Order: sequence, then structure tokens, then C-alpha cells
Amino acid sequence: MSALTATRRRRAGALLRDLVARPSGAIGVALVVAHALMALFSPWLVPYDYKAMEATITLAEPSAAHWLGTDHLGRDVLTRVMLGGREALVITGIATPVAMLWGGLAGIWLGLRGGWPDEVAMRLVDAFLALPGILPLLVLITVFGTGGEVLLPTLAFFFGIPVIRVARAAAHEVVARDFVAAARARGHAPLDIVRREILPNVTDTLLVEGAMRWSWMLLGFSALSFLGFGVAPPRPDWGLMISDARVYMSLAPWGVIAPVLALSTLIIGINLTADALAGALGLDRGRKAVI
Amino acid sequence: MAGLIAGRLALGLVTLWLVSAIIFLGVEALPGDACTAILERDAHGAALETCRKALGLETPALERYLSWAAGVARGDFGLSAHGQQDIAGLVGYRMRNSFLLAAGALAVGIPLAIALGVVAGLTRDRWPDLLFSTGAILAMTIPDFVAATVLILVFAIWLGWVPAIVLTPADAPPLEFFPEFILASTVLAMLMVAHVMRMVRASVIEAMSSDYVQMATLKGVPYRQVVLRHALPNALLPAINVIALTVAWLLGGVVVVEVVFNYPGLGRLLVDAISGRDLPVVQAITMIVAASYVAVNLVADLLGLLLNPRLRSYRARQR
Repeated sequence: MSALTATRRRRAGALLRDLVARPSGAIGVALVVAHALMALFSPWLVPYDYKAMEATITLAEPSAAHWLGTDHLGRDVLTRVMLGGREALVITGIATPVAMLWGGLAGIWLGLRGGWPDEVAMRLVDAFLALPGILPLLVLITVFGTGGEVLLPTLAFFFGIPVIRVARAAAHEVVARDFVAAARARGHAPLDIVRREILPNVTDTLLVEGAMRWSWMLLGFSALSFLGFGVAPPRPDWGLMISDARVYMSLAPWGVIAPVLALSTLIIGINLTADALAGALGLDRGRKAVI
Repeated sequence: MAGLIAGRLALGLVTLWLVSAIIFLGVEALPGDACTAILERDAHGAALETCRKALGLETPALERYLSWAAGVARGDFGLSAHGQQDIAGLVGYRMRNSFLLAAGALAVGIPLAIALGVVAGLTRDRWPDLLFSTGAILAMTIPDFVAATVLILVFAIWLGWVPAIVLTPADAPPLEFFPEFILASTVLAMLMVAHVMRMVRASVIEAMSSDYVQMATLKGVPYRQVVLRHALPNALLPAINVIALTVAWLLGGVVVVEVVFNYPGLGRLLVDAISGRDLPVVQAITMIVAASYVAVNLVADLLGLLLNPRLRSYRARQR
């Protein structure tokens, strides 16, 4: 067992080195790490209170006191941009692993089981995927309302559905191989087969898929915030900030540009990391299905 | 061939039926019903009962589902919760407007995406490819509302070339949307161009490294001929399905883009309906979008079968 752990540790080290070997991967990892650090430590670093309004300096230009100016309520833009990713990162950071876990396990089980449950489940998945983009999210929000306690399970549920398909396809490839037949012949329980034969062979695919899902989930979350169905004001969030500041864009463009840059750098960072991860694990993402 | 088409059609209908059931059950599961939404604070006692009776909410859920589904099949979506308007009338012009927007994006986007993809695939890893591929990744990663906001900032506010938002009413003739609608269509096209371009690039690269292209080159067929006659027809076939998938994305992306540009389409109607918790309208729009998605995929599948004889015999043999 200890030898296995040591191999795993060595493998993780090698993977990290492969990740940052190419400049695009290094940039991606750096962006993600920088955003994570900012989200962790920003409450102690921000110059102002994010709620503090100063009616005399609304839509002020960038200055020594307010590096990125102020918004339409006289709140410091730099403070709000620094804090604006926290809620999105926490919610998607929890919802992504949950989505990968349930979607992955369901997909593996269906791939292994086959037969009518597989057929029925795949028809249901198709039906869900016939509602494109943020539409199903919007429908659920109509039903249950907004707020983190609704958004987290909603995101985890919907982003797990396409994972079922990916995991099922990956499991299918493994199930047909000889070592699974051998394990079956040896009389291993299905759960053991999943844990020891199938999981190790599909984790790479699911890891890359998870990184991509994370960036899509962030996109979805910010779009919801932008539409007014995500983070509740006055709490800061990039999507919401862009939506608010958009109205005053001709007077105060920095109020839009700052959250736009923050959100874009995070999403580009995650995408570059996912690409580098796929390259390091020897998976070609370009050849895969787009949904 | 006829059996194959019938099979595809049946599959599409099953998907639609499942979508309708999911939507109906979802709405059924929530606390409150159409009457509590209509009456709001007065929803108790006699008023609630009369309203439920008037809307027929006392009949069992299955019966209501059947009558709703029968209405949807005829294009009758019932009445909206707020204002009791006929939903079909509410949706009509807005659906046309959304399709206009999507059609504009497709008409410019698809030829552009194919051209860029072919050039990128033929110049693999040299500067045109690097330029287009990097651009595509940028277009794919930046959220649509961010791209829309930046475009408005640059082209409407700083340069003043086009109006920032649409002020035309929903029932205006199509041509009146013209100057305003350019930016909105551009944003929708960006994401689509990026995806289709990447797919076309990958399949052009694959076709160019295939045996039959090498054979043609070795026989001394001119490069132009090799590309146009041998490689492209095979490389572009898979693009049809990718285009169908991106059309689905388009339908989803329409929501955000319409809100940003204040464009009077289905997406904005949906967001308004959600803010007002107008469930019948949400149900109707969701059904329309799902039906369009299924229809687009069906057409793509059939086109693929029609253009690619190998697919036909392969799928027929699989049965």
C-alpha cells in the first residue's frame, strides 16, 4: 500500500511538472492560483468596506484613494472586484466535485450495467440536454427561487447530467477490456470491479472533464448573477457588478472593465489549465464531443 | 432509408415528450400553483377556490397534463398567469425576432467559420492557424455577456458606429431592427464561429493526413484539386452535426444576449417571466426552445444520412 501511495505521489509531482512545462499551462496555473489566493485573503487585503457608500463621490475616476474609481453608489470598485469572485468560487468549487461525483458514478454504473436502465437513463439525459445552456437553470430558479442554498444543488445537479454521458462512454471502453472480464471471472463484486478496475482507468478523463465543467459552471453562475438571479446585492459579484455598471458605461467605463478583466482572467486560466491537464495526461480534448 | 428516417423522427418525438413531462412535473412539484401566482396576497379562502375552479386546477394532474400537452401540440399554450394574456400571441413576434437574430448569426457565422477552419487546418501550426486558433479559444472562454458589454463599450460608446441597445417594439417589421441588431448578432456568432472553426480545422487536418489524400498527391494531382476535390468534401461532412449543436447553444445564448441588448425576443420574455414567476409562460418558452433544438438536430441527422452513404449503410447494418 505504501509503495502505491509513493507511486501516486510521484505521479502527482510529475503531472504538476508537465502542467507547467508549456507556457500556456504555466500561465493558466498561475492565473488560477492567483485567483484562489485572492479569494482566500482578500477580506484582509481590501482597502474599504464593500458596502460603504459615499454619496459625494459616485462614479469617481480612478485616483490615489480609489485605484479603480467608485461605482454608482460611491462604493470602491477595487474592493468589490477583489471580493467579487469569492461567492462564485466557493459555490462552483463545491458544486463541480459534487456534479463530477454523482454524474461520474451514475455514468460508470450505467456503462457497466447496460440493458434497459441504461437505455432509459440515456433518453432522460438527452431530454435534459435538449434544454440548452442556462435555460434549465432558469426554470429551476423560477421554481425554487435564488440564493446559494438553491444555486449550489441546482448547479451540481445540472452540470452532472452531461458528465453521465462522458463517464458512461469512458466506462464502456474499459468494460470491454480483458482485465474486467478476468475480474468478473474471478468473482469480484461489482463494487470492487468499479473501484479497482474501472475507476483508475477513467479518472484521467473525468479530471479533464471536471476542469472544463468548472469553467462552464463559472460561466453559468456569472450569467445568472448578471441576469439578477445569482448573488443578492449588496454582496459583490463580478457578474452582478458588470450588470450594474453597464448602465453607467459611458461615464465610468472602469467600473465595467475591472470585473470583466477579473472574470475573464479566471475563466481563461481554468481553460488553459484544463488544456494543459489534457495534454499532460495524454488526452486530446479537441477530438471530443462538444457538449 | 425510410425506416431510418421514421426512427429518427420517433426518437425526436420521444425526447420532446420527455421534456414536456419534465417541465410539467417540475412546475407541479413547486409549492403553490397558477392561482397563488395570479392572486398573490389574496390567495386564500373563497377567492382561491373560485380561481382554481375557473382554471380547472381541481382536476387530477394527469388530466391537466394531457390537456396542456394537447394544447401545446396544436400551438395553444394557454393563458399567462399575469394579465391572463394568450401566450401564443405574446410569443409570436418575439419568436420571429429571436429567429431573426439567430439567422443573422448563422448566415454570417457558418461560412466564416468554415473558411477560417479550412485555412487554419491547411496551415497547421503556422501563423494563420495560431492566430485563428488563439482567437477561437478567446471567443470560447469569454462569457457572452462580457463580450457583449465590451462590444457595446467599444463600438457603440467609444466609436459611436452602432446604437448600443434596441428600442424597436417587438411587432415592428424585420427591417426596422437592422442597424441595432448587428452587435447582438455578432456576439451570438462569435461563440459559434469559434466552435465550428475548431471542429472544421480538426477534420481538415485529419483528411489531409489520410491515405487517399497522400495517394492523390503522389499521383501528381495539383494541390488545389487535392484540397477541393479530395479532402474538403470528406472533412466538411462532420461539420453539419457540430453546426446543429452550436445552433442549440445559440438558442441558450440568446437569453443573455437579448437582455444585454434589450432585444425584444423570446429570451428577454423568458427572463421577464421568471422575474414575475409567470410559470405558464416559462413552460411555453422552454417547450419552444426544446422543440427547436430537437428539430435542428433531426435535420442535421437527416442531412448527414443524405450526404454520407457510408453512414446510411453502417447504421442500417447496426440494426
